[in-house]
Amino acid sequence: MRVNISRRRIKDPFVKKVEELSGQNLLACYQCGKCSAGCPAVSQMDILPNQIIRLAQLGLKEELLESKAIWVCASCMTCNTRCPKGINIAEVIEAVRLILLRKSKDHLIVKELSAEERAQVPPIALISSMRKFTS
Amino acid sequence: MKISYYPGCTLKNNAKNFEDSTLCAMKQLGVEVEELSRWNCCGTVYSLATDDLMHHLAPIRNLIRVKEAGSDSVMTLCAMCYNTLKRADERIKNDPESLERINEFMYLEKTEYKGDVKVLHLLELLRDEVTFEKIAEKVKNPLKNLKVANYYGCFLVRPRGIGLPGEDVENPTIMEKFMSLLGADAVDFPYKTECCGAYQTVDKPEIVAERTNQILTSAQKQGAEVVVVSCPLCAFNLDRRQEETVQLYPEFKNMPVLYFTQLLALALGCGEEALGFDLNYIDPKPVLKEKGLI
Repeated sequence: MRVNISRRRIKDPFVKKVEELSGQNLLACYQCGKCSAGCPAVSQMDILPNQIIRLAQLGLKEELLESKAIWVCASCMTCNTRCPKGINIAEVIEAVRLILLRKSKDHLIVKELSAEERAQVPPIALISSMRKFTS
Repeated sequence: MKISYYPGCTLKNNAKNFEDSTLCAMKQLGVEVEELSRWNCCGTVYSLATDDLMHHLAPIRNLIRVKEAGSDSVMTLCAMCYNTLKRADERIKNDPESLERINEFMYLEKTEYKGDVKVLHLLELLRDEVTFEKIAEKVKNPLKNLKVANYYGCFLVRPRGIGLPGEDVENPTIMEKFMSLLGADAVDFPYKTECCGAYQTVDKPEIVAERTNQILTSAQKQGAEVVVVSCPLCAFNLDRRQEETVQLYPEFKNMPVLYFTQLLALALGCGEEALGFDLNYIDPKPVLKEKGLI
């Protein structure tokens, strides 16, 4: 992946917003990759959890906001448990999702689910997916 | 002994067998379970954003109901309810400003919440209050020769400090100990705390099928005949999604997935009605019959 980094991007309000919403210090990450090594969802991700943190540190918001990975993370908390720097990676990913959701950019369009799909899954699945994927 | 009980939404429909088997088992163990007379959905997932207090109202309201029932602790069965209730409580207990704002927002509630309700998972209650020794004494139908893999998933153990007290987040063993005391052969397997894909099951069942294949195949490789869980979403994903798993991974072999309480109830001599095997997608009856347990 080729990226352009600049002081302007690093100072983008987006970085601060992610830090505020997640309550995490992004620069604490030294890219050991332990989060990605233990993540059960990496096979479905276009960018890895440690790359999500790196992109957030550098203010590369388009790359992050357009990634598939932020929606694949199910907040299972394995990365949080293993981070040697105590960073809550799941919270960072939630913050990136919320930046989109709070602009009403829903990831799940409930209306597009068929009646059969809706009826098959238990309430716990529907409610949690709506909580995570809709505004 | 008496305990307040918060069931949560799914225990009243898809996971009715989780509730029924628990209630029968608790009766056998002499524990009086009292369901809250009023409760609402816990929200299923804990809100991770620092500024999102609104979504903590649902779990906190349930804790207010516990206080109003005259109790200072509440039992949950569902791992996701356990996480949401316990974590929301911890959040506001450690943050007086959030606690005050939440109470202000809920000014119509007659009871003020002060972080003074203890959230317990059934497994914790069985270990610490009922005690495993006492349960072992009450086993009428030991689960002899049944090889059980214990799947914890995420929220029985994570995050650190919220999951079951006294358990290692990477290698919990409470369910193995529990199944052994019921007479079963507890099988350890490396995927026991690996996420099942959770709510991705709604619009991306293929993600869940991939996990189900990995998790259950790993349990089978260790010789397991059945897998037990404590979360209705894990149960749906590992049990019902075996249909999709077989389609995507033809070498995958079906296996029964039960709530751990179904095996507890069976060991304590509860009847068919309480066991509710008809709600399990992969029928556990053939293997249980083969072992002479039903």
